[in-house]
Amino acid sequence: MTLVLIVTIGVLYGIGTWLLQQRTLTRLILGIIVLGHGANLLLLLSGGHPGLPPIVGEFDDPATASDPLPQALALTAIVISFGVTAFLLALAYRSWQLTRNDEVEDDLEDRRIALGRGDGIDDDFTDASATVPGAGDPRQEGP
Amino acid sequence: MLFAGAMAGVVTADNLFAIFVFWELTTITSFVLIGIDDDRPGARAAALAAILTTAAAGLAMLAGFVLLAQSAGTASLSAILADPPAGSALGVAMGLIAVGALAKSAQYPFHYWLPGAMAAPTPISAYLHSATMVKAGIYLLARFAPVVAPLVVWWRPAIMGVGAVTMLWGGFRALRQVDLKLLLAFGTVSQLGFLTLLLGAGYPALTFAGAAVLLAHALFKATLFLVVGIVDHQAHTRRIGELTGLAARLRPVFIITCVAAGSMAGLPPLLGFVAKEAALEGLLESGPPSTVVLVAVVAASVLTAAYSARFVWGAFGTHPATAATTPVGPAVDRPSPLMWAPAAVLATLTVVLAFTLGPTETVVASAAGSLAPAASSFHLHLWHGFTLALGLSTLAIAAGGVVFVARDRIDTTLRRLPAVVEATTVYDRIIAGLVRLAERTTAVVQSGSLPTYLAVIFGTAVALPGTAAVLHLRLPDDVALAESPLQVLVAAIIVAATVATAMAKRRFVAVLFVGAVGFGVAMLFLIQGAPDPALTQLLVETLTLVIFVLVLRHLPERFHVARWRTAARAKVVVSVAVGCAAAAMAAIAANARTAPSVSEEMLTRALPDAEGRNVVNVILVDFRGYDTMGEIAVLVVAALGIASLVLAGRRSTGERADAVDMMDTSGERSGDAEEPAVEPVW
Repeated sequence: MTLVLIVTIGVLYGIGTWLLQQRTLTRLILGIIVLGHGANLLLLLSGGHPGLPPIVGEFDDPATASDPLPQALALTAIVISFGVTAFLLALAYRSWQLTRNDEVEDDLEDRRIALGRGDGIDDDFTDASATVPGAGDPRQEGP
Repeated sequence: MLFAGAMAGVVTADNLFAIFVFWELTTITSFVLIGIDDDRPGARAAALAAILTTAAAGLAMLAGFVLLAQSAGTASLSAILADPPAGSALGVAMGLIAVGALAKSAQYPFHYWLPGAMAAPTPISAYLHSATMVKAGIYLLARFAPVVAPLVVWWRPAIMGVGAVTMLWGGFRALRQVDLKLLLAFGTVSQLGFLTLLLGAGYPALTFAGAAVLLAHALFKATLFLVVGIVDHQAHTRRIGELTGLAARLRPVFIITCVAAGSMAGLPPLLGFVAKEAALEGLLESGPPSTVVLVAVVAASVLTAAYSARFVWGAFGTHPATAATTPVGPAVDRPSPLMWAPAAVLATLTVVLAFTLGPTETVVASAAGSLAPAASSFHLHLWHGFTLALGLSTLAIAAGGVVFVARDRIDTTLRRLPAVVEATTVYDRIIAGLVRLAERTTAVVQSGSLPTYLAVIFGTAVALPGTAAVLHLRLPDDVALAESPLQVLVAAIIVAATVATAMAKRRFVAVLFVGAVGFGVAMLFLIQGAPDPALTQLLVETLTLVIFVLVLRHLPERFHVARWRTAARAKVVVSVAVGCAAAAMAAIAANARTAPSVSEEMLTRALPDAEGRNVVNVILVDFRGYDTMGEIAVLVVAALGIASLVLAGRRSTGERADAVDMMDTSGERSGDAEEPAVEPVW
């Protein structure tokens, strides 16, 4: 267990989170990259103390080699986060192309509903009283 | 047809859940049939009210069925009825089932959907809503009643009470309707209350009478609905104020109506009279709790007689006032015999069956006997002699006549009474309340702001696993500041570069710093004794940088100045909390090993089993080969996505040179995407 690594992981996660909460798409992508780094280090850390490279011939006793499994997982994670990053960048590029804006906007319809001005409600639900035959004040009926 | 099939399914199925499925099928088909006139908002609202009410109650019934099947250990209705489960579960289950059945049968306070359902064309109303569908609930009650009524204390008072209230309220409302069809609809509600009372009580005598009333009701109500259809078709209105002098023009229809309405009112010598006599007789026999019910039944009979009279008078009577204002009446065409023939057949049956009581009795007795064996031993009589039942019948008819004659005066009195809260109003309020609740929930839960959503997710991550991590944090014995001075240096570089990434005002600078972070992480991998991830990290970092540069060419140089300053502090708080939680989790993860690592075995078996020297690579392509395959699939999907996004950009803004430019490089890129995954592996 290495204190330095733990602190580094904490910083990577904290700043990654902060970046992720920004409104600029580029910063968002950077946040995902930074969080990915933090996660990879976390995997590495769980492998325990450093050792010799896990390559047969490099080590004599398996106990002196570093743990290969977290390394394999980290390798997978690195490649996947690369794929995600590339895809997000393409999305950001396309979004810029279409809107000339790389900010994440609030959903307008949601804002309207939050302000009590939603207009997506089916009138059938709210106007039922006006139209159901036989409804309303019984005193209005009669010959 | 679907409806008829589903209805047959309800009454023939033995399995509770099969009954439920058929039941809901009738609900859905009736929804479609009521709303068949989908241009009219009234029809849509009525259909909606019907399906919401019956389906909601149907859910209660399903819960009751599940409870019943659980406690009985079987879902077979006949088995449950033969050997009912004991205990409170039965009571609760029957309560839920009763709610479902009562709503389906339009009993008070669920009656409001039936008059609304009259928005459907008249044949549908006649066939579905008066003849079949509403009887489904009655049927179910009748099936359960003989067995359950003695076992569940509240069953009889509750069911008979609901029936009585429905009966009175339906009759009362029917008396005040202007529309002939609505008059019949409320009359149906009233009659259904009567049936519920009789069949739901579970006394053999009443079950028998109920079966008789059921038959009589089917005959006269179907006739009357057909009559309304004829009147509507010929006179183009079914409003009482607009019809006059039809008795002369529609002579055969008038006679048919008199017979059917007479049966409804309980006039001798018609089937309705016979059935009502049987019911009164049964009520008189079945003991003290029935006294109140008896009064209610007689009162309802008064109302029934009154609204029957009103129906005939309204549809066929001559109203001088109306005749002066509206030309409807003499101008009405005579209907073809073909049109009133079905009604005539039904009306004839009403009379004939009352005189040929032998066969009628057999039919009724076998129906009643299938519900409760004891119920088949009763008899129908056209003439009982001067009994109390006959007296009550006479009283009811006479009083009904009085009510009808004095209708104007009663009306004036009623108008002075305060308005009663209508079930329809309650329904509307509930629906409106639901809509408002949904709106408010949406407004709170779905703010539409991405940072808010993220903050909630992160907050949860910190609050639950993060808190647990901090609480269980204990430092191990072998805690070290660092493995080597080099590690400290690299870690310091990473931290500095990360902070710089966040602080950078220009996009390009931020990307360079994040690249520095990546290279630093690669160094840490190397120090840790992991050359493969380090190598991959270096390659990936380089490629990422290249792609970033390609995209950043098109984006503005500087970051947009933040407009949302209010939440900035909250974001910092969330970020710090996440960082601390992550560090705590890291500390626990590093300390969590309790068993020897599986890696030991992987290290020793890599060469002999997989013929590979690089153990990490052996794990990737052999020990965990499927993982890698999934990974490659992800990359392929990502590459396809990137290609289509960029290509779409080229298509829509075809002339733009830089888009073409972008496309060219992306072709390479999607090819490249797989490379780093494969390269270090081999």
